[in-house]
Amino acid sequence: MAQNSIKVALIGNPNTGKTSLFNQLTGLNQKVGNYPGVTVDKKQGISKLSASHQATIIDLPGTYSINPTSLDESIVLKTLLNKDIEASPDVILVVADIENLKRNLLLFSQIKDLEIPTVLAINMVDQMSKKGISIDLSLLAKELNTEVVLISARKNEGIQEVKEALIRCHIAAKASPLCGINSKIDPDYFESLKQISANYSLYELWLMVTQNNFPDTITSEEKEKLIAFQKDISKLKKYQHKETIYRYQEINKILKKTYLVDKSKATDLRSKLDKVFTHKIFGYLIFVVLLLLIFQSIFDWASIPMDFIDATFAQLADTLKNTLSPGVFTDLLAEGIIPGIGGVIIFIPQIAILFLFIAVLEETGYMSRVVFLMDKIMRRFGMNGKSVIPLISGTACAIPAIMATRTIGSWKERLITILVTPFTTCSARLPVYAILIALVIPDKKIIGFLNLQGLVLLLLYALGFASAVIAAYLLHKTLNIKSKSFFVVEMPDYKLPSLKNVFFEVVEKTKAFVLGAGKIILALSIVLWFLASNGGNDFKNAEKQVTENTVNQNLNEEELGQKIASAKLENSYIGILGKTIEPVIRPLGYDWKIGIALITSFAAREVFVGTLATIYSVAADDDDTSTIKQRMASEINPRTGDKMFTLPVGMSLLIFYAFAMQCMATLAIVKKETRSWKWPLIQLFSMGLLAYVASFITFEILS
Amino acid sequence: MSTIATLQIGEVGYISEESLDLIPLKLLEMGCLPGAEIKLVQIAPLKDPLYICVNGSHLAIRKETAIQIKILKSE
Repeated sequence: MAQNSIKVALIGNPNTGKTSLFNQLTGLNQKVGNYPGVTVDKKQGISKLSASHQATIIDLPGTYSINPTSLDESIVLKTLLNKDIEASPDVILVVADIENLKRNLLLFSQIKDLEIPTVLAINMVDQMSKKGISIDLSLLAKELNTEVVLISARKNEGIQEVKEALIRCHIAAKASPLCGINSKIDPDYFESLKQISANYSLYELWLMVTQNNFPDTITSEEKEKLIAFQKDISKLKKYQHKETIYRYQEINKILKKTYLVDKSKATDLRSKLDKVFTHKIFGYLIFVVLLLLIFQSIFDWASIPMDFIDATFAQLADTLKNTLSPGVFTDLLAEGIIPGIGGVIIFIPQIAILFLFIAVLEETGYMSRVVFLMDKIMRRFGMNGKSVIPLISGTACAIPAIMATRTIGSWKERLITILVTPFTTCSARLPVYAILIALVIPDKKIIGFLNLQGLVLLLLYALGFASAVIAAYLLHKTLNIKSKSFFVVEMPDYKLPSLKNVFFEVVEKTKAFVLGAGKIILALSIVLWFLASNGGNDFKNAEKQVTENTVNQNLNEEELGQKIASAKLENSYIGILGKTIEPVIRPLGYDWKIGIALITSFAAREVFVGTLATIYSVAADDDDTSTIKQRMASEINPRTGDKMFTLPVGMSLLIFYAFAMQCMATLAIVKKETRSWKWPLIQLFSMGLLAYVASFITFEILS
Repeated sequence: MSTIATLQIGEVGYISEESLDLIPLKLLEMGCLPGAEIKLVQIAPLKDPLYICVNGSHLAIRKETAIQIKILKSE
């Protein structure tokens, strides 16, 4: 098969149905990997073109031009310029939307000038008659000097023709530029540029100069000569402008002969819907209602599968423990690995539901209207209308949320969004909030109908958003980063979401979480298990000691077992660690047991509950929160003789969890996205300091 | 002098040739070309960004960009 395997790069403007085409071509044969050298996810899939040919299709991020203005778009240029990397394509498949053909052809004309064999697929042709568009296909193909195929990706029409065109194009392997940029702008200038290297087309060299993006395959001598061209920046800028205008002139010439629109047939659905969705009152009202619906679904609907997952894993661990022969391996499996995996899986329902909503809103074109509505507000806080999507996503999990910032062009706005997203109340905080609120806030109604516990939970969510916004404002005022901030958002046509696209999007985002965060959560769970189940001499003697000390207390086997487990934990490495940090956290009202829970929360915040359950020697397999709650409620503070979990301690803990950056997986993703340890470390320490001070003040005021 | 920002909602103008150097490359690439007909479709409730239609592209741009781009009004 090897000789008949074609590498195809799929390129197109956003909102052209590129994703639909990718899904139709590859079906379930998709995987997400990394681009060599850059840390952005690469989506690729296998497509069977014919009995003898198959293609590896690389789905490049949607872009309006090869000249990048965001991280997403720079991938396109990098992939196309580098001839060495495995992603370097044999054939480029450009997807265009029939309605915006003129603008789509600009990207096509740039691609064509790279002199790589190219196929043009014009999508959404099922809309042609409705929009009054007619097209002369054979003349267009001749004028563009390329294979042109009309398709309707959503209706699965024309896909076979695309496959055939890809094979023909690969065999012919002919590639010629569409717009010779040299002759029209400054022939001498471009001729001397062309002389630099024979291995690259003129346009490729031009892109290296203008985008300052040099592939590894270029020699240092050639690179030096290219850099010399970068001296006159105003000239470069002027020529780029000229180039773009020239391209449009050529495209207009071609379209005049081949493309006709009867404007009387245009429908007015867009403007009618826009009037509602961007209305100064209804626009915001609809957005708020949608947000409430999303939150409702995350809390309410997701709890059903989450409870099920929770119970299943607890039972699995229990079963393993009882059936396998006792030993270190069994303990590792039942107390480290299985709960670790369970701790990852449990977030899937919330993440999947959240991204289901976001995918639907993006597919319909509504999300662009949200960006339009929110941009001015977000800008006051140093962010961008596009920051709304990460901030909403953050209520499920900060990891996919931070990855969603890649579409934000301005580095400063993107960085601020990344830095403040962990303040939003993610789903891992919820179990912590739930048990602490149940413990210290009385279950009563205020002002007749408001449940006090529910109100506190709501306030914590509001606190999360408020602190994200305030932190963004402070960063906006203090960060001294110059970044060319230029904002443009396309307002696509409204359309019904394609179920297939939504499904693939949800699967992809969920996979990204499981593979990204999952590894870290699992690894940390195992480390923490080790620290909790090993220790020095006191740890080894714990069982004997407890048995001797309690010999007169007539304890039954279960009670004795709990005492031993508790004593072991106290003398384990993690217990020693908890005691070491106790002086530091005592001002907040915490003891060493809570200290242990704070440390283990770095795997994932919700581990707090499980850790306390173990410390307060509730049998680990008993997952009934009420018993954990009862144990916690009856815990006595040895220094005061009162209850441990009083209102001041509980509130102090709630505030601590609201602010502290306690998630290793998030720190890792921030490092990946900002490409340095500087920002995650700043996040860790500043949020930690804030949490400490705020908890201290809370504790002092309330006690 | 009229710019995109001085258009009324629904009003149409033509992008002036003299704005060429002031139009960001990205906007040019998205169809915002000198001589092109441009329509102001909507203004966001907080007066910014502006929602325009040019060369078949429906785009939202910020006011700070819009005031840079001069237009000629069709009489």
